[in-house]
Amino acid sequence: MGESIALFSEDGKRSDGRGLDELRPIRIKVGVLSNAQGSAYIEQGRNKIIAAVYGPKEALPKHISLPDRCILRCRYHMAPFSTTERKSPAPSRREIELSMVLRNALEPLVMTWLFPRTVIDIFIEVLQADGGTRCAGLTAAVLALADAGIPLKGLVAACAVGKADGKILVDLNDLEDKYGEADMPVAYNPTLDGITLLQMDGIMSKEEVEQALSLAITATQKMHKMQVDALRERFSVQRREV
Amino acid sequence: MSITEQRPVISKLEQQELRRLLAENKRIDGRNPLQYRNISVQLGYVEKAEGSALVELGNTKVLAAVKVGIAVPFADTPNEGILIVNAELVPLASPVFEPGPPSEESISLSRYVDRSIRESKSIDLSSLCIVPGRSVYSLYVDLYILDYDGNLIDASVIASVNALGITKMPKYVVEGQAIKKTDEYFKLDLKDHPVSLTYAFLDDKYVVDPCLSEEYASDFTVSMTVKADDRFCAIQKNGGGMISPRRVIELLERSLELGKELRTVAYRQLAGGNG
Repeated sequence: MGESIALFSEDGKRSDGRGLDELRPIRIKVGVLSNAQGSAYIEQGRNKIIAAVYGPKEALPKHISLPDRCILRCRYHMAPFSTTERKSPAPSRREIELSMVLRNALEPLVMTWLFPRTVIDIFIEVLQADGGTRCAGLTAAVLALADAGIPLKGLVAACAVGKADGKILVDLNDLEDKYGEADMPVAYNPTLDGITLLQMDGIMSKEEVEQALSLAITATQKMHKMQVDALRERFSVQRREV
Repeated sequence: MSITEQRPVISKLEQQELRRLLAENKRIDGRNPLQYRNISVQLGYVEKAEGSALVELGNTKVLAAVKVGIAVPFADTPNEGILIVNAELVPLASPVFEPGPPSEESISLSRYVDRSIRESKSIDLSSLCIVPGRSVYSLYVDLYILDYDGNLIDASVIASVNALGITKMPKYVVEGQAIKKTDEYFKLDLKDHPVSLTYAFLDDKYVVDPCLSEEYASDFTVSMTVKADDRFCAIQKNGGGMISPRRVIELLERSLELGKELRTVAYRQLAGGNG
């Protein structure tokens, strides 16, 4: 794996010039679509991802509904042109797994008991992929839920941490994801001190996982502030319009 | 689209009982919270497969079988053999398994097992190349879930590793443009013996190796795969709920403790085991 690929320059900087604990530039905008009840757009490095929320609405067919709470439906999807090689638009096994993992990461945040027998649809479309799309997509999807006015226990921000060339680093780009030794996506809410998404593949010792986890927590705390700012911006604009 | 799963109803009484017992560090089947069920491994269960193992973890039964063939390598890895893990949640195993295309549960299970084997580097895929860019070995690991009483992940990792541990590779010879199968075999070199440990969380308590009712009553599960050298090669939280970072670190420690013992029991029959 990756012997011939230089993930670090001679001065110890990463391939895109960042330090080990430095996030890529992030731009977030809430309320970007007209039809969806809630929507959000995120750019993280060269990732470009849109999330949209429809609902709560009547769950049809009726047998999918639950009498005591709403259900969530989630689709993570990559556009055919989002990657170097064209990706078939049909959902891959990876996308099916990630749709489930992301639903599991969002479900504990939603006050589902307030909307029995309904469904909330969450769509995450990756328009351009550059590593860490599930995390960036989740960061945007939470904001789309908030934008739709759905009561949440809190937000989560998500960020991949991992290991490349023996170094623990934050917010892996595509190159580091492909040729690094480990990749660990984490979604975290600082006020509830809760992780809602946790995956890891690659090889790390216990100490390295711990170190990566603490980097993830610092990074997601920074991103949490950006999320709150993006929501403020969205709703302060609305206030002026009234 | 991934949709909120509708778990079979388990009675309020049973849920309460599970939690009441757990408050006293007991479980419904008499185990302590950090105890695995009995594990039995039957190697070579399917003679037509190049390697196979039937694993029973309590009442959970998983059959893993390895079929070996040759294939054209993927364009981005012309010198590497192909490893594919597939899980079938066979309808006879449980009323909640339905025939049809693979469910997200089965996809997630096979992808986790795949990661456990691939990322642990248990198999040196570059040693499975016959003619670079043209012909490599393909290893299909098919998991057949025959009886479902919780914790498919750990049972499936144990079954796969055991099956791969006894896999006989047919020898191929290159004759000009043709590649011919010979009658000779060599043993697949299994470099690691990874084990997965799955924890189910009920409120603020957790149990290892959940049985089905514990799985249904739980808020979420966390699985961790540990290599023989005590490093981790896969982690996954499944289901909703939140876990604190402190708890994750606690599970890492637990997995190192419990992993050693589990590895010894699960791979006892594999000769020359490094576990």
